[in-house]
Amino acid sequence: MIVAQADGDPFVRWDWIWGHLDLVWEKVLEHLVLTGIALGIGLTVALLLSALALRFRKTYAPITWVTGIAYSIPSLALFAFLVPITGFTILTAEIGLVSYTLLILIRNVVAGIDGVDPAIKEAATGMGYTRRRLFFQIELPLALPVIIAGLRIAGVTTIGLVTVTALIGQGGVGFFILRGLNRFFSTEIVLGTMLSVILAVAVDLSLLGLERILTPWSKRTGSAT
Amino acid sequence: MIRLDRVSKTFPGQTTPAVAELSFDIDEGEIVVLVGPSGCGKTTTLKMINRLVEATSGTISVAGTDITSVPAPVLRQGIGYVIQRIGLFPHRTIAENIATVPALLGWEKDRINQRVDELIVLVGLTPEMKTRYPAELSGGQQQRVGVARALAADPPVLLMDEPFGAVDPIVRGRLQEELLDLQRRVHKTIVFVTHDIDEAIKLGDRVAILNVGGILEQYASPAEILRSPANRFVEEFLGEDRSLKRLSLTPISDVDLVAGPIVEPTATRGDVEATMKEHGVDWVGVGTDGRLHGWVWGEDVTGTAGDLEPRPFSVRLSADRSLREALDSVVSSHTGVAIVDDGDRYLGMLSIEEISRHLIE
Amino acid sequence: MIDFIGDLLVWFTENWDGQDGYLIRAWNTIRLSALATAVAALIAIPTGALLGHYRRFGVSAVAVVNIGRALPSFGIIALALPITIRIARNVPDGVPIFGSGLGFFPGFIALFALALPPIFTNTYTGIREVDPGTVEAARGMGLPEGKILRSVELPLASPVIIAGLRISAVQVVATSPLAALVAYGGLGRFIVDGFAIQDNIQIFAGALLVAALSILTELLFSRLEKRLVPRPLQLVEEQAAAPIGKPVAA
Repeated sequence: MIVAQADGDPFVRWDWIWGHLDLVWEKVLEHLVLTGIALGIGLTVALLLSALALRFRKTYAPITWVTGIAYSIPSLALFAFLVPITGFTILTAEIGLVSYTLLILIRNVVAGIDGVDPAIKEAATGMGYTRRRLFFQIELPLALPVIIAGLRIAGVTTIGLVTVTALIGQGGVGFFILRGLNRFFSTEIVLGTMLSVILAVAVDLSLLGLERILTPWSKRTGSAT
Repeated sequence: MIRLDRVSKTFPGQTTPAVAELSFDIDEGEIVVLVGPSGCGKTTTLKMINRLVEATSGTISVAGTDITSVPAPVLRQGIGYVIQRIGLFPHRTIAENIATVPALLGWEKDRINQRVDELIVLVGLTPEMKTRYPAELSGGQQQRVGVARALAADPPVLLMDEPFGAVDPIVRGRLQEELLDLQRRVHKTIVFVTHDIDEAIKLGDRVAILNVGGILEQYASPAEILRSPANRFVEEFLGEDRSLKRLSLTPISDVDLVAGPIVEPTATRGDVEATMKEHGVDWVGVGTDGRLHGWVWGEDVTGTAGDLEPRPFSVRLSADRSLREALDSVVSSHTGVAIVDDGDRYLGMLSIEEISRHLIE
Repeated sequence: MIDFIGDLLVWFTENWDGQDGYLIRAWNTIRLSALATAVAALIAIPTGALLGHYRRFGVSAVAVVNIGRALPSFGIIALALPITIRIARNVPDGVPIFGSGLGFFPGFIALFALALPPIFTNTYTGIREVDPGTVEAARGMGLPEGKILRSVELPLASPVIIAGLRISAVQVVATSPLAALVAYGGLGRFIVDGFAIQDNIQIFAGALLVAALSILTELLFSRLEKRLVPRPLQLVEEQAAAPIGKPVAA
């Protein structure tokens, strides 16, 4: 079905968008679910790997090396590597998306925890904190601004990458971009792109808000840009 | 209360020990200051007591119990710890910071709140600070919170690692006074580390002077150390103004006061001249009934000494002040003496000769 | 597994030459990426340097990074197509580059747009973060502003600027396969066409080529960084491992 926009057609046909709000809503939700799963799993795995790296320093270099490779493989190639194994599935999409978040998150978790003032750790240990308690009650909360800074970058990046998964049959709002390309219909391309940008900004701001709520002690927030 | 028995520490990868075969006892309720140049192992020694540094050999006991016989976190919960960089938890309010150890010990909420309120007042903070975060307090206030936090669970022993090293001299002086004041009320056994000999002399009941490599050069009361330094190292560490430091430790009541050139208001010119000649001065004090009104120049007396309006002595000291203050008074007054009274009755005076005679003794 | 590897090897021996062979397609990808990055650098470095020198638009520099990150590269590539088609219609036939508005032209526009933000921001921040004392000393010795920018600020900011170049180049190479979607004959075609005909061998081979090219780019630029940046200024390990969230380490 080709609905190629005619020469005289406007670049964006608003009436088309208003006519398809249900579909828009469905794809936005799908997009958020794909992103949420990726961030949730990514953060869990990153925390586990960071804990490992912090406990056994020697593992940090190999961990960042492997996740760094995953991070530097182009998204299309990464999905392509997986397709022969896991097919055009949500699993393929999530494996790819998660592996992109890992480097950013692990680096920020480790840097955040390393950045905790040694005096605070000494005071805590001197007052009888066990290693585990120190990690969960002191180091982790104090590293939150840096961890959330990483989460914001990972979140924004993931929102953009989800659009690419349209090529493997997923995609959220990337669906509009791909279909717009196939039908030479610029309205859908613009719609998909704009929705992706809006979602990215929304995720970024929500995480910023989350940081404000979680770290009431810091008047000024972390160094996230 | 605390006993170190041939304690040594050699850090991994080093050949020479940071602390070598160190032994000394600390009595209950006293402040012992560990002082020495950098590299003398004073902080290492302190940290071995709460096992932030594990001794390589030797034994340390607190209240008769070998510190290695309990898990380190349990040991530490029973020992207060204050460090120079304070290490308040920035993500917790002042009240929560102070409540750290009681919370670790699982105290009930009411008891914790009550204790926090007590401590806030004890260290001289105001209750409205309880809900603030550390970043909202000044350096001096933060250090007070640090002390309150260390005292929270009422530990018998307090370890303080250069706690006042990072604040300016004025605040430091005030914090030192406050610590002494606090100690008079709480009677803790305090081990205090500093590199500042003046701070050691001011705060310590006893001072342990350590040399590089953790060698104990002298362990005695500040007065004893100043009077008879054990060796050249201690002498040099005390500095050129050792005598002045001694003076600051000696109360005026330790020396015999003299009556000085004092006349009754009814004294004639002749009486005044005789008194001045006897004491070798050109002025006389004027007083009656054990009170000293002031002084006059002898040559101004024409009728009787009481005819003149007596000049006031600019400084009058009570007998519990130090000889150091008396010396200040001597050199800054017209008459060259320090006047001592109990606020009402004249007790006597001190000249520079008396003060220096005390130093030579 | 063995079969798969065998098939893969066969694929690599059979598909290397010709217009649709991977040699030509690799060259196409390289030339598109290089051109996009180079043109972006020619525009972003002078602008970033001037704005950084005069300390203008501080807030917008940060905004540029944020927007750059929020833009989906897939969307940008797709969006370039209807635009270039419209432009191409108004350009007489036979003019190179524009062509029919398909292939190279939209690919170039999109990649160029993606390459701009990192180079601009790193140049801007790099210049701004040069020690003000050094700049003041230069000014105090009577150096004219242009000279200060060229012989003091730019050399001192070079590690950060080159890092920006690397980030852009790697990102461009990583995105370039998507140009296949606007009918560009680069390496991405193997993957996209492979998806369409469900040819796992071709998909995997394409992925290998694309990944190899982007890792090569990464290596090339880290070499370049070591070569071009005066040794005392090279970012030390610690800085390179800084938390992500600052332009330098993005």
